[in-house]
Amino acid sequence: MSVEIGHFALVLAFVLSLVQSVVPLSGARLGSERLMRVGEPVAVTGLALIATSFAALTLAYVQSDFSVLNAWENSHSAKPMLYKITGTWGNHEGSMLLWVLILALFGAMVAFFGRNLPPTLRANVLAVQGMIAAAFLLFILLTSNPFTRLHPAPMEGRDLNPLLQDVGLAIHPPLLYIGYVGFSISFSFAVAALIEGRIDAAWARWVRPWTLAAWAFLTGGIAVGSYWAYYELGWGGFWFWDPVENASFLPWLSGTALLHSAIVMEKRAALKIWTVLLAILTFSLSLLGTFLVRSGVLTSVHTFASDPTRGVFILAILMAFIGGALTLFAIRASRLAPGGLFHPISREGALVLNNLLLTTAAATVLVGTLYPLLIEALTGEKISVGPPFFNLTFIPLFLPLLAAVPFGPMLSWKRGDLPAAAQRLQFAFAGAAVSGLVSYFLIDRASVFAALGIGLGLWLILGAVTDLALKMGVGKVKPSVALRRLKGLPLSMFGTTLAHAGLGITTLGVVCVTILETERVLVMQPGESMEISGYSLEYEALQPFTGPNYTEERAHFAVSEVGGRPLGEIVSAKRFYTARNMPTTEAGIRTMGLSQLYVSLGDKTNDGGIVVRVWWKPLVTLIWLGTLFMMVGGAVSLFDRRLRVGAPSRQRATAAQGASS
Amino acid sequence: MTRKQKRLAVIGTAMAFLGLAAGLTFYALGQQTSYFYMPADILTQPAEAGDRIRLGGLVQDGSVRRGEGTFVRFAIEDQQSAVDVIYDGILPDLFREGQGVVTEGTLGSDGVFVADTVLAKHDENYMPREVADRLKEQGVWKDGSDEEGS
Repeated sequence: MSVEIGHFALVLAFVLSLVQSVVPLSGARLGSERLMRVGEPVAVTGLALIATSFAALTLAYVQSDFSVLNAWENSHSAKPMLYKITGTWGNHEGSMLLWVLILALFGAMVAFFGRNLPPTLRANVLAVQGMIAAAFLLFILLTSNPFTRLHPAPMEGRDLNPLLQDVGLAIHPPLLYIGYVGFSISFSFAVAALIEGRIDAAWARWVRPWTLAAWAFLTGGIAVGSYWAYYELGWGGFWFWDPVENASFLPWLSGTALLHSAIVMEKRAALKIWTVLLAILTFSLSLLGTFLVRSGVLTSVHTFASDPTRGVFILAILMAFIGGALTLFAIRASRLAPGGLFHPISREGALVLNNLLLTTAAATVLVGTLYPLLIEALTGEKISVGPPFFNLTFIPLFLPLLAAVPFGPMLSWKRGDLPAAAQRLQFAFAGAAVSGLVSYFLIDRASVFAALGIGLGLWLILGAVTDLALKMGVGKVKPSVALRRLKGLPLSMFGTTLAHAGLGITTLGVVCVTILETERVLVMQPGESMEISGYSLEYEALQPFTGPNYTEERAHFAVSEVGGRPLGEIVSAKRFYTARNMPTTEAGIRTMGLSQLYVSLGDKTNDGGIVVRVWWKPLVTLIWLGTLFMMVGGAVSLFDRRLRVGAPSRQRATAAQGASS
Repeated sequence: MTRKQKRLAVIGTAMAFLGLAAGLTFYALGQQTSYFYMPADILTQPAEAGDRIRLGGLVQDGSVRRGEGTFVRFAIEDQQSAVDVIYDGILPDLFREGQGVVTEGTLGSDGVFVADTVLAKHDENYMPREVADRLKEQGVWKDGSDEEGS
């Protein structure tokens, strides 16, 4: 019964989303206050309906109701409860339902927090949100209905893909979707501004918090996905330049650009047209990501099924929204008045540079991701574009960006002084250079690239710290005064410092693990030992173990320092999921400080040994620690009083003109 | 600096970056893409020895021989021919005889393919898409069983 209620709620939500796309929009056109006000209750009711629908599906999973086709295909009664719940979105239909749930949540939040928005802007934003919701709800109802019944109901389900039976599934998709879908708000604001043909600094103030929130979640989603792939797949890699990873990285790149251009627009009323375009592009890339992942044109862990009608449907949605928004942009963009002047060497100039580099880097990733699809469509030839392509194109464009980051916050608005900025950064530069040199001479395997990379990471971290120290007046005023100043600094300043330092920390982790990691593949017999990077691993025994829905063979390794004290144990396993008849590798990981020892198992050999692959991954955890810094930076900025969502606009307008920090 | 000069500066920088990006992209696409081959293709239009390619097909039944340590030798076949492959490393979890597989590496002058990567599949009834498509063309692969990707 609840399944039918869920289905019906979804149909109702679709009808309401049609109302939401038409009525507030016409209200804004006709200047009818009453019609415009329809948007809010409809958005909130829509959320309630989709939440009901989602709860109904979750219930089917929790109760192992295999009369529901979707639950039968992806669940099993012996599956642990956590994976029963997360399994709701561990499949195509359920994940699309999660997608619209988050979309509806954002729509309702605009209705709730946006009380201070000008009524026409709010009505238009809600209408555009309604259109997106309508398109995706129709998509679910027509091609991906999660509530299809199966008769007669089978006794047992087919179980969830073992690779997805992990806490990662509980965190990664929701975070990623909040990021993807969050950019729909920036998109809706941009389209609403184009419909009205009016845009100002206040607009940027409303858009920025939404973008910031979406960006922080997307950062987290990508990071969790990366760590999940790192430990679950057993290949020891943190980023594969897999098309699906790229699909999430593209909106991140353009979202980062949007975040920065919105600052220029808010503070200096410049870059208006560009910001609107970026808002459209960022959500378009999110949609493209959804298309690439959901249509089955790519093969990866993420493509749950390949049904051509779905691909065509999403492609149609994609073209309608991107095409529509860009057409509107082409017609209306010229109406948006150009903004303030600035010198190329200035804060604005630095942010423009940031935008140029981010968008060109995104363009190369886009080309590399779509090129194989294009070639196959045109010539039928199957080619693959792998990591070497991205290393050769993306990295040369991204390095200058990283090198330039510390300069940005040192330059003043309108007209900056580059030599003065360089002078202020001299300590950061010296620190980075010294650490690069030291690592070059101290680490025996360090190349010039490693030294430069380590220097670059520290340059970013020290640059971020320098910025904060200068704002506090360290060295110029008494420490007590500096501390008082620190307390008085706006939260967004800490956000910048944290995010930029996080970027440096991630860079440092990537450089260290890429250049300095050691790997050994060998056959080990029980009782045998091996050494790697100063650690010794003794293979003790292989022991069988039975889990709830799998069996596994666990290899136990005793870890110690070479010739020294024991450090404990690493357990690495080969697991076999009975329902799907599928083996998986469960890597054994031991974190030592910031570095990790990673053990993954291969096949057993005929003479009783086992193939073992061991990595020493120096400072690998910095990669994800850095992204955590970026996320926290985003969150801290979000709580800045000046940025609070939907705060009154009159004060804002004057404040925006006065403020130039 | 006038508005026009400022705009020129921005456009100039943008063009420079785009040019750099385009140059890098074309260079990398020329250098760093690898073509997909089936054993039948190797027969009709062999890849240059030393060129990096991807070779896909089915793992021939009874062909897998484990050598010293992590060294493995097996054959990849399609309906028309088979190619011997050598690989030193850990095979993916779902590597089995009779299953679809994609390997990456170079063809030696002796006709043996030296693989440095053997690509994992993600679940038991999923076939690498390239392999599935081509086997369909050859009329071996039956539709339906690749519905369930993971």
